[in-house]
Amino acid sequence: MVARLSMTFEQVSTISSPRAALDAWVREVVDWHFDPSTGSPFWLEFAKRAGWDPRREVNTFDDLKRFGSFEDEWLRGGPVQRWIPKGLAGKPVFVFETGGTTGIPKTRVACEDFRIDYEIFSETLPDEHFPKGSNWLMLGPSGPRRLRLSVEHLAQYRGGGICFCVDLDPRWVIKLIKKGWSDHLHAYKDHVIDQAVTILQAGHDVKCMFATPKLLEAFALRLESMGTTIRKAGITGIFSGGTEFTPQWNRFAHEELLDGAYMTPTYGNTLMGLAASAPSGPHNNYKITYYAPQPRAVIEVVDFDDAHKRVEYGETGRVKLTTLTKEFFMPGFLERDEGEREPACDRYPWDGISGVRPYRGFASTTTVGVY
Amino acid sequence: MLHLPVLRWGQPYTSMDVDPVVHFATGEPIANVSRANSGLIQRDMRKAQRARDVLREIPIDDLIDRAGKAGELYMNGMLPMGDGTQTPDEFVRAQSASTGLPARMCRANMKKNAFVLAEMRAILTSLTRGLDFNVLSLGHGEERGVPLSYQPHSPVVGLVLPSNSPGVHTLWLPVIPLQIGLVLKPGPQEPWTPYRMTEAFAQAGIPREAMSIYPGLGDVGAAVVESCGRSLIFGGTATVDRYRGNPAVQAHGPGFSKILIGDDQVDRWEQFLDVMADSVFLNSGRGCINCSGIWASRHTREIADAIAQRFAAIRPLPPDHPDASLAAFTVPGVADAIAKEIDHDTQAPGVTDAGAKYRDGSRLIKEGKADYLLPTVIHCDSPDAAIAKKEFMFPFVTVVQCPEAKMLEAIGPTLVCSAITCNSSFRRSLLDAVHIDRLNLGPVPTIQLNWLQPHEGNLIDFLFRARAFQTAEL
Repeated sequence: MVARLSMTFEQVSTISSPRAALDAWVREVVDWHFDPSTGSPFWLEFAKRAGWDPRREVNTFDDLKRFGSFEDEWLRGGPVQRWIPKGLAGKPVFVFETGGTTGIPKTRVACEDFRIDYEIFSETLPDEHFPKGSNWLMLGPSGPRRLRLSVEHLAQYRGGGICFCVDLDPRWVIKLIKKGWSDHLHAYKDHVIDQAVTILQAGHDVKCMFATPKLLEAFALRLESMGTTIRKAGITGIFSGGTEFTPQWNRFAHEELLDGAYMTPTYGNTLMGLAASAPSGPHNNYKITYYAPQPRAVIEVVDFDDAHKRVEYGETGRVKLTTLTKEFFMPGFLERDEGEREPACDRYPWDGISGVRPYRGFASTTTVGVY
Repeated sequence: MLHLPVLRWGQPYTSMDVDPVVHFATGEPIANVSRANSGLIQRDMRKAQRARDVLREIPIDDLIDRAGKAGELYMNGMLPMGDGTQTPDEFVRAQSASTGLPARMCRANMKKNAFVLAEMRAILTSLTRGLDFNVLSLGHGEERGVPLSYQPHSPVVGLVLPSNSPGVHTLWLPVIPLQIGLVLKPGPQEPWTPYRMTEAFAQAGIPREAMSIYPGLGDVGAAVVESCGRSLIFGGTATVDRYRGNPAVQAHGPGFSKILIGDDQVDRWEQFLDVMADSVFLNSGRGCINCSGIWASRHTREIADAIAQRFAAIRPLPPDHPDASLAAFTVPGVADAIAKEIDHDTQAPGVTDAGAKYRDGSRLIKEGKADYLLPTVIHCDSPDAAIAKKEFMFPFVTVVQCPEAKMLEAIGPTLVCSAITCNSSFRRSLLDAVHIDRLNLGPVPTIQLNWLQPHEGNLIDFLFRARAFQTAEL
């Protein structure tokens, strides 16, 4: 058995081998969540019912297979406090939601995770395109989602910028799509873009933005119809994500929408955090490969029929997410996406994923909105 | 393998996303087609006016001549097809291979398209009711001493085209001679006609800047409809319902075309058997003008039985067989679903499968990756049967017993109605029935078209707006 030495995240980050760092962090996180003095009621109850002690039996990332698949139903409904680790008692807690167009949304509690995730992501943003101290525009979903606070924190973290936001209810968008109310859908999209254009024209010197691909496209087309472009309007850097991001769309955006503004695709969600992408462009046919912020989150590409088996590099499989933070432990969540497993690269020395798209088993029932 | 690019106002654009077009029976790839994305269409449509401008530089009379030349090239020429070329025979083979239509039907559809192009002057004269073409070009003119003005609703027209019936292309062929640009979204299995026709037009001297082709999925079709001031879209009942009441969209769906036999003629029903069988069966029953309902007050069981006997020997044949008459279903699962639906509906009281006794086994035939449905004749004791209001994309007909006096209120929307009656009162009612689009009085097959008359709305009325106009000397 591996010695259970407690380590901070900073200490783990100094371990040169990514695999060793991941295994060390897994031990740290499992120890925390299953210690009766620090763990969350949910996981402590889980261990009691399971009849085995994860602190003894989980020593490496691969040992997390013992938990089986993380059921997303566990995240629906209350009391949400069962997810708060005792070790964080008394700290201000946020709750973020995902889904919920119909029925009960999934919830994730957070204290600092969303800030930490975006601070780590911040290190991937080039300063020449995302100048420190710049003001930001958040052209994405508002309401009970973590994205708004996260992007706002990103702006603040990067030199004290101000983040301007729009009102956007993605649940209403999905309802409009399902009802086939295309006129209302376009009117709502226009309403959102109107807000963004108003902010941009209000003299706030906005240089950076987040936008979903669909809203970025609508925003660029609106600006074009006004005789200007994203870059001419002052935007120098964009990070985009939230819906499927194809190489063709990436190319189209670079060639025809951005007018030279920098854009980087991202992949993520409320449950995992944010995966950055390796540089893409004409040199690699605009292929987009995402890398999770290991060791706090891990993306695996697994066999469609065996979620414990990673596919070979270049092969297609379903996305399996694992979140490993002191605030939230989510081992082996099968996401509603699929893609191809990619090898490590210079910037990210662990597995990545490309070609992310809706999982074929759900694709026909999934409504892709603006987020 | 052939690659068909997106055409952006005539300029080829190779997308990173491609969709294969495959052989319906073997699954073998025939071509790769670049897939457009919706933003690309929205950007291009900012230049839509340019399409009309370049066409307006050529008089309509000249465009009509060029359309005629395009028809010859389409029918007989070796024309570029994406990054390759196609002879007419290769075109037919490709279309048959991807759509499941027998080759002889593909050739027949080619002839229809070529005929429309050759007869463009007469067709436009008919569509415009003899209007001087210059009125459309200039926007105003004078006839019988009265000032006239016509204004296009849109510089381009969008077309979201189907895969299952290459004959529908005849509907959009007059668009270019009317100096309106074309924005085509081909059906996934039938990219061939839009590309060949576009190339024929270009070779005949039509500016390429007036034509765009955007292959793709549903989002591309939606973007075409949203971006063009006027669009024609082909789809099912849901598509028609979705765009009902939208003046910018002409939605073409199932026709629910019918033959009604009046009480004064029904006792001589045998004399109309050829008309009935041809209306149901020709073009493999795929068209919206194929008959899917035969209504009479008596002899309906005998009529159903006689038609079923006519169809009893029909079997799928290889698509290049000279006698092939049944088209294959190329989308997996569709034929199975239709067969199950019919089997379910025939369990209802008063509904009988008239062909069952002439058929050895299921109406569904599977041959390799291809599915076929044998011609099906259903008898309904009354119009209340659910199946009496249905239409499917193969030779399918219900023979419905209904009193003559109740027919018009019971038939529902009907694209083509052939009414076999000399009863002047019934004829008057038929002429007044607004839910009938094309009316044939007498034993006219529903599939018989008069090319000088559109069967579903007038293209001129759809594309142009007549308005008041005055001038004064300055």
